[in-house]
Amino acid sequence: MFNRDRWQEIFQTIGKNKLRTFLSGFTVALGIFIFVILFGFGNGLKNTFQEFFLDDATNTLFVYPGRTSKPYKGYKADRRIEFKNDDLADIKAEFDFYLEDITPRISRSANVKYKNESNNYSTRAVAPAHQAIEKTILMKGRYINQNDIQTQAKVAVIGRLVALDLFKNEDPIGKYLAFDSSVFKVVGVFQDEGGDNEERGIYIPYTTRQAIEKSNDKVDQIIVTFRPELGHLGALAFERELRLFLKAKKSIDPTDQNGVFIRNVADDLKRNQQFSNVLQLIVTFVGLGTLIAGIIGISNIMVFVVKERTKELGVRKALGASPRSIIAMILQESVFITLISGYMGMLAGVILLQNIGTTLEDYFIKNPYIDVSTAIFSTFILVAFGTIAGYIPAKRAARIKPIIALRDD
Amino acid sequence: MISIKNLHKSYQMGSSSLHVLKGIDFEVEEGELVAIMGSSGSGKSTLLNILGMLDTADEGDYILDGVEIKDLDETKAAKYRNKFLGFVFQSFNLINYKNAAENVSLPLYYQGVSRKERQQVALEYLDRVGLKEWATHLPSELSGGQKQRVAIARAMASQPKVLLADEPTGALDTKTSYEVMDLIQQINDEGNTILVVTHEPDIAQMCKRIVMLKDGVIVEDKKVKQVKAAAHV
Repeated sequence: MFNRDRWQEIFQTIGKNKLRTFLSGFTVALGIFIFVILFGFGNGLKNTFQEFFLDDATNTLFVYPGRTSKPYKGYKADRRIEFKNDDLADIKAEFDFYLEDITPRISRSANVKYKNESNNYSTRAVAPAHQAIEKTILMKGRYINQNDIQTQAKVAVIGRLVALDLFKNEDPIGKYLAFDSSVFKVVGVFQDEGGDNEERGIYIPYTTRQAIEKSNDKVDQIIVTFRPELGHLGALAFERELRLFLKAKKSIDPTDQNGVFIRNVADDLKRNQQFSNVLQLIVTFVGLGTLIAGIIGISNIMVFVVKERTKELGVRKALGASPRSIIAMILQESVFITLISGYMGMLAGVILLQNIGTTLEDYFIKNPYIDVSTAIFSTFILVAFGTIAGYIPAKRAARIKPIIALRDD
Repeated sequence: MISIKNLHKSYQMGSSSLHVLKGIDFEVEEGELVAIMGSSGSGKSTLLNILGMLDTADEGDYILDGVEIKDLDETKAAKYRNKFLGFVFQSFNLINYKNAAENVSLPLYYQGVSRKERQQVALEYLDRVGLKEWATHLPSELSGGQKQRVAIARAMASQPKVLLADEPTGALDTKTSYEVMDLIQQINDEGNTILVVTHEPDIAQMCKRIVMLKDGVIVEDKKVKQVKAAAHV
């Protein structure tokens, strides 16, 4: 293997047969390159997917009021259920053991003005706990605080894109926005990994919203987070008890499916992870397919290479080359070429993936990557199969009698 | 040097078998220059291939330089070929991506001779065939006669006991043929044993002995007065 003479012989063969070397090398490089790219794209797809669905805290229950579908305790069916501020307080008191935080959310759309600029944005009236639930990241200023809630302060925390739309290059903090016939002071700017839509939102204290809307105490929906250490089973238990509690409180038939809706993000998460796993499976499948195609390509090239060299091998045998040295020469050459070109193909693929970053985000591919071990492993698989594919024709060529190889045709 | 007794060889052609060599008895002394003649199908190339261990006989004994050649596997055959024999082919069979010197040094590579020595020996033999200045040229840059001289240098470089030439002039014009035969005669004059397969009578006349084959048997084996090729060049 480390015979200097043989290496010189091999380097000469490689150097003097550029087309052949290029063909076999290119096949390997292309095979591994496509594998790396496809695998990376698959991972990029997964990244995008996770971002779409996993940007919120996962220990969260969304509670929505609905309409009853069954009569109960003297109430008619089709009664509209509403949540109020005292529901928040009651849940807090009742589920102290499970609860981490709680916030209402009242969503409204509003035409927002600043100087001559105006645009429609969605506003969310919330409590301070909402920040952690939505994983809102503050870029500037502060979020809604408890004081704002108590004083029904007219303050707003605006999304990054709202700031960009309305304030251009101005610093929005301390400026005043007008919407819903009130004036709000901007106290913070946020960004959100949930994407552009999230960043076109405005947060205000829920008590302020209630004051604007004729001082009612209605709440659209309630979002609660539970202690993460409860686990999935604990979350399910909490969900069940919360549902029973609310149905009892709102006089809804316990068997009524429509009075109260609870969406458990943990359930979503599980579903999404299943989908994510399916994606992974598809990615692996595509990768395997590419690898197999690559292996077939190399095998073809190797058969061709050995066939092309039959005469030369016959001459070498007539001059005293043993079958072993013939096989060793062909294999060493092919391993050398496949290793080098496989490595280069892998490197090219990895570099390309790194440079893609977020440029293909529109096609749902974000930050595609391949982990080093997968890349190296698949390169070795390709090289190994290339070697096996080379060994079979090499062995046959070594067995051919020199007279057959040397026959003039 | 060479002794064969009762040599038989058949080729299987589908269901029928073709009996090519039908009991050949044949001796060659050291220093002989033997022409093996015969029309195509007479079995002359088959005989040479068996002598060259490129093919195996079905029956019979073959003793080369006191060594009995039998039960050859490919590895053993390769070793014997490398040690005992030099080959010259009608179509030269030079390796096309190696230059003249590299072609000549190839048998030495398989003998495990060091690179430096190989190079030196190759140049020496190229010099003897008059092609030292062409050492770095590829076969494609050489004429037919030059190619055959490189092939002869290659065959001689490993200092074989016997040089086997299969129609060495078959692809060459008359003038070049005589040049090549002149070289073969020179090598023979140095004491080397050479067997030449040919169907050309004038080439055969330049050897010292002519063996005629017909339908797989030797029909004539005579010493001849050698015509010196140099006189015709």
